[in-house]
Amino acid sequence: MKRDDGRKVDEIRPMEIVAGVIKNADGSAMVRMGRTVAVAGVYGPREYLPKHKQRSDRGVLRCVYQMVPFSTDERVRPGPSRRSTEISLVTTHALQPAIFLEEFPKTVIDVFINIIQADAGTRTAGINAASVALADAGIPMRDLVASVASGKIGDHYVLDLAGKEEEATAADMPIACMPRTKKITLLQMDGDLPPQDIKGIIQLSLQGCEKIYALQVEALRKRWKL
Amino acid sequence: MELLKKERDVVIPGDIIVESMEFLPGRNTFRENEAILSKRVGLVSINGRAISVVPLSGAYIPREGDMVIGKVTDIQNNGWVVDVHAPSDAFLPLAGVKEYIDTRKTSLNRYYDVGDIIYAKVNGLQGTSIYLSMQDIKARKFHGGRLVRISPTKVPRLIGKQGSMINIIKDGTGCKINAGQNGLIWLEGEGMEKCIEVIGLIEREAAAEGLTDKISAMLGVTIDKSQESQEVLE
Repeated sequence: MKRDDGRKVDEIRPMEIVAGVIKNADGSAMVRMGRTVAVAGVYGPREYLPKHKQRSDRGVLRCVYQMVPFSTDERVRPGPSRRSTEISLVTTHALQPAIFLEEFPKTVIDVFINIIQADAGTRTAGINAASVALADAGIPMRDLVASVASGKIGDHYVLDLAGKEEEATAADMPIACMPRTKKITLLQMDGDLPPQDIKGIIQLSLQGCEKIYALQVEALRKRWKL
Repeated sequence: MELLKKERDVVIPGDIIVESMEFLPGRNTFRENEAILSKRVGLVSINGRAISVVPLSGAYIPREGDMVIGKVTDIQNNGWVVDVHAPSDAFLPLAGVKEYIDTRKTSLNRYYDVGDIIYAKVNGLQGTSIYLSMQDIKARKFHGGRLVRISPTKVPRLIGKQGSMINIIKDGTGCKINAGQNGLIWLEGEGMEKCIEVIGLIEREAAAEGLTDKISAMLGVTIDKSQESQEVLE
């Protein structure tokens, strides 16, 4: 099968990851997946106010996902929406298992994800950026989190959906995982698929995550190269 | 078992350093099954059987015995609240001050007032609370001068082994420097501009080797090689 941008079905989009792009943040990263660009900034651990929201046994991870107004052809209305609130929540849940939050009781770690340019797979690009930014901020982590969205077009399982493919697919399935332990931290599906297809797509996505993980590792090593 | 990483190798979270029960996980590392892995971006440090990671980035996490620079933000009836750029505010209790203070006769702001900058020792940590003390020979209140903020992970580099780096800067610029472990640096005297420039350079090139020589050449200071041993990051 030939894809719109000439990729093979099991190929990810050309990807670029840069760590440490925001000077004033404790940690930051930019991820470009094809024409989707995400920038993440990490602040903290810092004091969590109001006090009643603090947890005395562990820290709190707070992610904010946002699409900037100029990120798509049609202006995105700024401010929280039903969609961005949900993605903020699933991003938090996707990153949380990788972090040693119990080391920072009563504090909060803030992660701000901005989608500068959107062309499908923004939540996965956001998670990839946030994971590198957290590592860059020196937050203790078990593993990085890599994320990719896949689907099924015709009879083919297709990795890393881009642009119009998102509309052509029978189902769009974003997955986030911790590549070292192969633990899945995010699994969503938009559409209908029989069980065997779901298994196939998960397998394909996990392979895609491995490739993304390698790029994340490279970006972090490059940042701290002597 | 063989070490998968050498001393001073750069590691990132999830990197396996060694797969053996012969070694023990130290600071910024954790054990998973038999392996010892890094929690943070940093440099591997092997001390006998203990493996730890010296962080390259991150916010300040206080440790007992650290000297820190902070700003008094509030006065309570039993002490002072101090902002030390840590995850929570620090507290300097009355008992942590050198002299005896009779609170019935004197107001606490005669000693330290809101807005004062102090150089204090981290005396103890209870949960997330940080307790400070001025009962240290170096502890004092600053008058005048200037504050510079750098990444807390670069402070050991700025000080150098047994203060080698900071002494070069002091000699070279004639500037008085006090470095807090929390990343705040206090400067006073002539050559402050030069000093800030040098500190900026150290922060940018903290990971480079032979930085002490570079700085000493830049400032025209000759180092006494007999005292200077090999450079380390911590």
